[in-house]
Amino acid sequence: MSDRIAVAKTYKLFVGGAFPRSESGRTYQVTTAEGAFLANAAQGSRKDARDAVGAARKAFGSWSNATAYNRGQVIYRIAEMMEARRAQFVELVAESEGIKASKAQVAVDTAIDRIVHFAGWTDKIAAVFGGANPVAGPFFSFSTPEPTGVVAVIAPEEDSLLGLISVVLPAIVSGNAVVVIASQSRPVPAVTFAEVLATSDLPGGVVNIITGSAAEIAPWLASHGDVNALELTGAEPELRTALEQAAAGTVKRVHYSHGTPDFFGDPGTARMRAFLETKTVWHPTGAVSLSGGGSY
Amino acid sequence: MDWEYAPAPESAAIGRIKPRYQMFVDGAFRDGRGSDLVTLNPGTGEQLSTVSTASSEDVDEAVAAARAAYDKYWSKISGAERGKYLFRIARGIAERARELAVVETLDNGKPIKESRDVDIPTASAHFFYHAGWADKLEYAGFGPRPRALGVAGQVIPWNFPLLMAAWKIAPALAAGNTVVIKPAETTPLSILVLAEIIADADLPPGVVNILPGAGDVGSALVNHRGVDKVAFTGSTAVGKAIQSSLAGSGKKVTLELGGKAANIVFDDAPIDQAVEGIVNGIFFNQGQVCCAGSRLLVQESVAEEVVAKLKSRLATLRMGDPMDKNTDIGAINSALQLSRVSALADSGDDEGAERWTAPCAVPDRGFYFPPTVFSNVSPAMRIAREEIFGPVLSVLTFRTPDEAVAKANNTPYGLSAGVWTEKGSRILGMAAALRAGVVWANTFNRFDPAASFGGYKESGFGREGGPAGLGAYLTNAEDGN
Repeated sequence: MSDRIAVAKTYKLFVGGAFPRSESGRTYQVTTAEGAFLANAAQGSRKDARDAVGAARKAFGSWSNATAYNRGQVIYRIAEMMEARRAQFVELVAESEGIKASKAQVAVDTAIDRIVHFAGWTDKIAAVFGGANPVAGPFFSFSTPEPTGVVAVIAPEEDSLLGLISVVLPAIVSGNAVVVIASQSRPVPAVTFAEVLATSDLPGGVVNIITGSAAEIAPWLASHGDVNALELTGAEPELRTALEQAAAGTVKRVHYSHGTPDFFGDPGTARMRAFLETKTVWHPTGAVSLSGGGSY
Repeated sequence: MDWEYAPAPESAAIGRIKPRYQMFVDGAFRDGRGSDLVTLNPGTGEQLSTVSTASSEDVDEAVAAARAAYDKYWSKISGAERGKYLFRIARGIAERARELAVVETLDNGKPIKESRDVDIPTASAHFFYHAGWADKLEYAGFGPRPRALGVAGQVIPWNFPLLMAAWKIAPALAAGNTVVIKPAETTPLSILVLAEIIADADLPPGVVNILPGAGDVGSALVNHRGVDKVAFTGSTAVGKAIQSSLAGSGKKVTLELGGKAANIVFDDAPIDQAVEGIVNGIFFNQGQVCCAGSRLLVQESVAEEVVAKLKSRLATLRMGDPMDKNTDIGAINSALQLSRVSALADSGDDEGAERWTAPCAVPDRGFYFPPTVFSNVSPAMRIAREEIFGPVLSVLTFRTPDEAVAKANNTPYGLSAGVWTEKGSRILGMAAALRAGVVWANTFNRFDPAASFGGYKESGFGREGGPAGLGAYLTNAEDGN
């Protein structure tokens, strides 16, 4: 029967693990690539951005202190939840981006596989980017990478799902918490991804998704004292420069792709490393003599 | 009985200080178009030498020389060959170590025993360490085929003039970049002796260019369109201005900025060792160290004992002629810095903290500030929040480890921290909880080229030393999107 009236969904923000409307009460119309009405999306505001930063800061403590093994399991669970909704994502990506289902299928599959890839990184990062330092003195010294803190992200405008995942996952694998502004014109896959996150085991607040205008919201994030880093791959060049300037106010780390990113290619490690701090610890080794004066 | 030390001055003649120094550009020493600057001996306040400075045209020429050297030579030779040049420089510094130590102390004011035992040997070690990386970059963790960025523009401070030059130049060259570097206005001499060593090493012209001058030269350099990479060590205020001015430029930037480190002493700490660590933490190099342990956080139950022992130890420190091998506390680098330190210390008096000054004679000439300890300091006072960059310690207390962590992290800075306790699990727990780039446990102010150094939060970003430090000078088109 095709004459059943479908149940339409209200798309909302994803903040602190909950789905609030924008406190501003504003929405905007989202259309398909062909211009047909698709949904009303929440038009996030400065207040929503601040709430999201608060939620991210709160989540950062426990997420960054979780064991790497635990973070890996949680992120793998995201892939499991997404796999179950593959068909839905293919449909939404195809509609949003105006591409054929077969092409959308490749993007969705790559996105899911990318999540699995990053799930496996959590407990490798410290070994690959840290280690013992052979210092010239009676000290044990080691360096270990730690998450930077709260990362504000502007998701790419075109690649509504794979782009989003490519910029968010490298930040959270090491224990950062994220506030991400979704693609303004194609927010539906991002909000649906929020539903995946809500039903996986990711603690509320680790990823917060705001829909609306990056040009309006991002400046508040770039100047926010409790944001530690910016991922600006999705920002237009002019906006990006303004945000980089604002970032200097509290010496935020800033990362973006140089040139057009190929999200289908090897994700590499640069984006993960951009949101890591290396901590070096020293301690004297003491005066114990293992040789005991003899030879062995 | 009189236990006074007889003076044991190092000979200033060993420094072979020249009446005038020139810039080093494109492999040659030549005059810049800027007006000469006079550099003083902070130990006496007298003129030490004059130095030719760069103009913006000189910056253009130096950047052009660095670009040409990069294109024609430095990017073409193998990593192994680059490494051999760096090894030569490391040896050159070691061979002229005594001379360099004297130059450094005369120009900077730091005690000769520090320049001799720390600054100069560590600078040589930094070149030696990075020399070995030059042909092994693919193993440094930045992907299979990392590449140099091009021309690095670098600006360094006056507190460790030669060591900071080594921290900047060695990794840049090892990674395959060429360099234009500006030393601090008050300490241009040791890097110009390094220029002689570099010339003697037959480094191709233009690979390293050295431009003395003031802030305008630094600004022209970091904002120059021919520069691909900017590295700055200095104040947080200037670092923020640089980061802002480079927005949209696409240049890779690393910043090593200020700090306000907590040095945390628990009640089970070996108190005598901790006292030595506190002294080293804040009075090393007259406290003119970005990672200085300027906030002493001591557990309430031992606070009285620790502070009493600290004061009695400080009473034995010898302040005076930096060239005397017995001197513990030398001169503040400049009259300007001395006035900044004095003003911030005065704010401690105004805000109600209790000042104690070590009972040492202050020389009647030169720039000196005696070791100073403030008690009854509250976290809101300026002396607890702002970087003093001088021999001034603020004492705060805590009751529980959680309170210690909260107070230690309650700062926009995050460069370093110290922990003193005999409990191993507490050391590791504290080390993890402190938001700082370096944590020294039962020691302080240790530096090694193999151990990366750099800040969290407003203490900057990027690392120097260790594999992480190489990342500041490499890019990899194949590593990530």
